[in-house]
Amino acid sequence: MSARDSILAAVLRNQPALSPLPDLSPFRGEDRDLIARYAEIFAGIGGQVFRVRDLTEINALARSRFDADRRFVTTLPELGEPFETLSATVDPHSFNDVELAVIEAELAVAENGAVWLPEHRMGQRIVPYICQHLGVVVRAEVIVPTLHEAYARIGAGQYGFGAFIGGPSKTADIEQALVLGAHGPITMTVFILEPTTVPTEPA
Amino acid sequence: MGNETKDHAALAEAFIRDEERVDWHDGALWWIRQKRDIASRQIPEWEALREAASRIKSHVLSNLHDYLLEFEANATRNGIRVHWAADAAEHNAIVYSILKEKGIRQMVKSKSMLTEECHLNEYLIERGVDVINSDLGEYIQQLDNEPPSHIVLPCIHKRKEEIGEIFHEHLGTEKGVSDPTTLTRFARRHLRDVFITRRAALTGVNFAVAETGEYIVCTNEGNADMGAHLSEVQIASMGIEKIVPKKAHMGIFLRLLARSATGQPITIYSSHFKKPREGQEMHLILVDMGRSRQLGRPEFRDSLKCIKCGACMNTCPVYRKSGGLSYHNTISGPIGAILAPNLDMKKHADLPFASTLCGSCSNVCPVKINIHDQLYQWRQVIVKEGYAAHTKVLGMKAMAWTFSSPGSFSTLGKAGRWVLNNIPVAVNNRFNPWFRQRDMPEGPKESFSEWYARNHRPGGAVDPAPKASSDLQSIQPE
Ligand code: SF4
Repeated sequence: MSARDSILAAVLRNQPALSPLPDLSPFRGEDRDLIARYAEIFAGIGGQVFRVRDLTEINALARSRFDADRRFVTTLPELGEPFETLSATVDPHSFNDVELAVIEAELAVAENGAVWLPEHRMGQRIVPYICQHLGVVVRAEVIVPTLHEAYARIGAGQYGFGAFIGGPSKTADIEQALVLGAHGPITMTVFILEPTTVPTEPA
Repeated sequence: MGNETKDHAALAEAFIRDEERVDWHDGALWWIRQKRDIASRQIPEWEALREAASRIKSHVLSNLHDYLLEFEANATRNGIRVHWAADAAEHNAIVYSILKEKGIRQMVKSKSMLTEECHLNEYLIERGVDVINSDLGEYIQQLDNEPPSHIVLPCIHKRKEEIGEIFHEHLGTEKGVSDPTTLTRFARRHLRDVFITRRAALTGVNFAVAETGEYIVCTNEGNADMGAHLSEVQIASMGIEKIVPKKAHMGIFLRLLARSATGQPITIYSSHFKKPREGQEMHLILVDMGRSRQLGRPEFRDSLKCIKCGACMNTCPVYRKSGGLSYHNTISGPIGAILAPNLDMKKHADLPFASTLCGSCSNVCPVKINIHDQLYQWRQVIVKEGYAAHTKVLGMKAMAWTFSSPGSFSTLGKAGRWVLNNIPVAVNNRFNPWFRQRDMPEGPKESFSEWYARNHRPGGAVDPAPKASSDLQSIQPE
């Protein structure tokens, strides 16, 4: 018998009587203050958040906060110079010198600060990991309360690869001392895009 | 590889000799346990999440055969090549044959306890394939030629000065440098070169979704992704119990996992691998290695629900004070002590005894495994199968008696308290090492055997373990 058949036979022989799946419908988050809650959690995990009106603002922030003499790449051609629109077909190793990558999230989760990035939003799978600094554009309307709403929106998904990314790469392996920038980005910045921003405070 | 001759108590004794280290280790893990508490309290429905997670896992185990077939079919449709391995030897041979076919002699690996259990690195190195562990903690352990001491924090037992010394010796950092940021940056540069030059990458698997044929890998460092997305051959090794039915179930598990592990709201990276990259080969190995056998043991079946968060280790008074390496098994701590005897009962007969049965592990477990009950039940199986020395039988009975009637501590007063702390020592020094180098209360005026004969009802069977672990919280040796 092949390993496959003998494992499956042993599993079938040994598994207990069928038990039911629990009802997941009670699990859902509250749909209020999503932007503020997201921003607070994301800052708490070592990320930086800016609330912006358009891509021009993001471009200016990128230039002022990162070394624009180095390589900036993006999947958003509208970001303009000095960003280079990244190619989906070049050798992924060629991104090893990227200083800043700015890509757009499909979803963001208020409860944990993570953004959902299916691979077409990354340009290439390696991009959000290999860059020294990661910037992610989050349209205000794509922020959902919890992972339950996120997975409901993702559905089956057409991606070959996708990831939740919730902050800069980190490690605490040496004496539990937190160090940002283990193997991936040293910083992660989220730009929350609110094109039709109205004052949040009532007048 | 563990130590074949020394048991947990003997290994723990070596660890606790350095009191300053034990106190640091104890405190560091307790701090993580407290972060877990804070994170879990921020979720009002935390207990409902644990219950749901536990029930999803029960359901999976009750229908594992069909889910494995569903997962295999969907993963194959996605372009993933699915392999099956009954044991470590088969698993390692599959990995080697994949590499050999491509003429690959260097591989980078992210954290995978399964491949540690299989001793994959040693196997490949013997065949001329170089393997580098890329998780920083595992990398440090590999440099130092030690297995991981904790499933989430592989080198938690090491002080930064020791790590600085290891870096100095193996990587040529300046002598005396022990600053965590400096050392991490150095490793980052070094491992970046590794990622860029390796054609093959192996990762572990946290969850595999039957419905979609994708698998999910959770890391904080980004090392699994750095390896995988730069590789031409990507291999994932997973235990057959890692299946979840639907992707929507991931909402439950990812809300629990990182909060239970380190108190983070989510791991930094939760990567969903569904199809190989254009031009890349993606392999997945489904490994049994005793899991189907454990599935057939009703009293230990639930140990297969484990999502490897490490919370039971962080909270365990014995783990915190004896260190992970004293368990001489890849998975240490309370969960390791209920998984290991299934793999080799004789070799791991001591592990279920490395516990106070305080129940703290079961209280924090995100999938509600009754860990301390299983520890207790393993003791009985081990004794029945003849793997415990006579003294152990006595010790177990005594422990069982002590823990079966918490009320008796108070009525017995001083004698009861003394028994609680010292019975194992009195019976046999192997059982209670974490008290041994501590201040010992005064000894009793009669021998334990006399006391036992006088106090224990004659011919009594071993009493069952107490169910209400909360009753026992107050006797944790905190
Ligand atoms: S047994 Fe429970 S607490 Fe321990 S590692 Fe597994 S899931 Fe976490």
